[in-house]
Amino acid sequence: MLSIHDLTATAGETRILDGVDLDVPAGEVHVVMGPNGAGKSTLANVIAGRDGYEVTGTATLDGVDLLGLTPEERAVRGLFLAFQYPVEIPGVGNAAFLRTALNAHRAARGEPEVAAVDFLGLAREHMARLDIDPAFLSRAVNEGFSGGEKKRNEILQMSLLEPRLAVLDETDSGLDLDALRIVAAGIERLRTPERAMVVITHYPRLLDLVRPDRVHVLAAGRIVTSGGPELVATIEAEGFAPLVGSAVG
Amino acid sequence: MSEVIDELVVREYEFGFHSDIETERLRKGLDEDVVRAISARNDEPEWLLEWRLGALAHLRTMEEPRWSNVEFPPIDYQDMHYWAAPRPKGPAPASLDEVDPEIRATFDKLGIPLAEQERLSGVAVDAILDSVSVATTFKARLAEAGVVFCSFSEAVREHPDLVRRYLGSVVPPRDNFFAALNSAVFSDGSFCFVPAGVVCPMELSTYFRINAENTGQFERTLIIAEEGAKVSYLEGCTAPMRDENQLHAAVVELVALDDASIKYSTVQNWYPGDAEGRGGIYNFVTKRGRAGARAHISWTQVETGSAITWKYPSVILQGDDSVGEFYSVAVTTNRQQADTGTKMIHIGRNTSSTIISKGISAGRAQNTYRGLVKVLRSAEGARNHTQCDSLLIGSECGAHTFPYIEVKNDGAQVEHEASTSRVDEDQLFYCRQRGLSEEDATSMIVNGFCREVFDELPLEYAVEVQALMRLSLEGAVG
Repeated sequence: MLSIHDLTATAGETRILDGVDLDVPAGEVHVVMGPNGAGKSTLANVIAGRDGYEVTGTATLDGVDLLGLTPEERAVRGLFLAFQYPVEIPGVGNAAFLRTALNAHRAARGEPEVAAVDFLGLAREHMARLDIDPAFLSRAVNEGFSGGEKKRNEILQMSLLEPRLAVLDETDSGLDLDALRIVAAGIERLRTPERAMVVITHYPRLLDLVRPDRVHVLAAGRIVTSGGPELVATIEAEGFAPLVGSAVG
Repeated sequence: MSEVIDELVVREYEFGFHSDIETERLRKGLDEDVVRAISARNDEPEWLLEWRLGALAHLRTMEEPRWSNVEFPPIDYQDMHYWAAPRPKGPAPASLDEVDPEIRATFDKLGIPLAEQERLSGVAVDAILDSVSVATTFKARLAEAGVVFCSFSEAVREHPDLVRRYLGSVVPPRDNFFAALNSAVFSDGSFCFVPAGVVCPMELSTYFRINAENTGQFERTLIIAEEGAKVSYLEGCTAPMRDENQLHAAVVELVALDDASIKYSTVQNWYPGDAEGRGGIYNFVTKRGRAGARAHISWTQVETGSAITWKYPSVILQGDDSVGEFYSVAVTTNRQQADTGTKMIHIGRNTSSTIISKGISAGRAQNTYRGLVKVLRSAEGARNHTQCDSLLIGSECGAHTFPYIEVKNDGAQVEHEASTSRVDEDQLFYCRQRGLSEEDATSMIVNGFCREVFDELPLEYAVEVQALMRLSLEGAVG
């Protein structure tokens, strides 16, 4: 479903991604791990279309070239990015924001808008399933949210927007165990045969709760090692250094 | 972002049509004869003519002020018409059904179908085209409650004592250059009187439209809420697109006697001029209210139009425990200029005032907040809170803040907060990643920025205003 080939990204003079190859079929959860500065967040940003990088190579979603599309075009084609640092948007109600986002997706699919009342019912269903406080809806987008609340809000949005491909950028960072469980449960719940997920993480502990199909190690802008879930145990035991060293050397 | 800014430059004004209504107007120029002619057209009593002539005489001793942070070429006050009106196609209309269909169509295009409003919305509307009040809806129901809501000229005929008692009592004819000009040549406007203890049963609303070319519009609004009375009033404004600038110098006076409450909301969307700054309305307006003991005066304004907006809706907090509020959103794009804010004059004890100002600047526009908080020696226990936030879109616009604070009483509490920010790239990307277009994303962020002010608008207009914001910053604020 997601197919990335020889992807490079340069910001200013610095090459951050240096020829990434990655294939994620439908129904699979892939984990991308790697040391700080490996380019993990850049990979997420480039897939989602953030400004500020010079990009070469290809990235397709269901055969559609992503790199030629605006961020919103990518989004409505089913690409969702759960942000590492979700921004606050003061004065904009979370409910209105989520409904506008959902309706943008529906419009792209040629479906009618969801009315405010129907949306509230729908949102409450998703929130109940994800164990998220209904008060979230009446607050401004992420404003005054704790780190954990922001991440849960990301999972809620993912749940409502039902993406084809979800990229979760360090969604587990900075979470206490309870919040981590909610996030992990959300990921597991949204795992379907039609959907692919790329979970970017710095820490193996999320992987006690989410079982990946494939694990990739990103270092110095390239995927240096790929393997099954067992690779996580190796990383936990030995750290990234041996893996990274062998590839770079 | 850069695409957005480019699109701003091609923004178009949706209300820029011109109606083919036959107009009748006085010759160009400003002198005693013109003032006499205006007064005669309205069948005014002698005292009002004298009042106008007094203002004109004083005007001749004054110079047009230039202290604002806006730039405009000299205005030739002799080269414009001071009175224009739709030419009557017969005797004056006795009911809405008899109003000239072309005029009705104009208001329909503006989204103000008078009859519809009368039937459906429960909002009483006074519509003013050029200088003349065209129709006042809902008069009967208001009359039952004892509320008078009519055109100013009608008030002069039907309620001369009230007009005489209060006209100029808050904004005297000599107050400033534009107030003197207005006092001399005002043509019509709206009048509202709510007797003691009465809560006005509906929102009142006036729509102003400048249609004729080379015509200034000088309307006069006088709202009186007697002891314990309560009223909410909204004015909306539009004008056709024209290459030349047109002057709008209105005066609004609010009189809130003890325990009264007046809420005055403005949605100003006069023609702003084109991308290069040609044409557009000069909106030089004096608005002021006087609050008695425990009275409450609240100004809310959403200013999106006009080439230049220059006004400071103010409150004289005369009575003890009176409250003044000013909530403002001023949007400037292209080459628009705004110098707006408020004056809160604390005289009574324990008076309090709140100022929330949101300035949004895009294109090459300049947006200035100018405010005065004045606490007199008598105003024991006075309190003020001021918050001025500026939002910049693009790199060629400007935001300026000039807060003046004069405190003569040691016990007063005055707070001022100010911020300037840009539409944040992270916020935009976040919204776009959720599927919102750049326009929708900007619109949403800007609307969020203005939330505190929009929340003060009457509910009926909240949706309308968000749509207007969308239109005003089309491109940048979808």
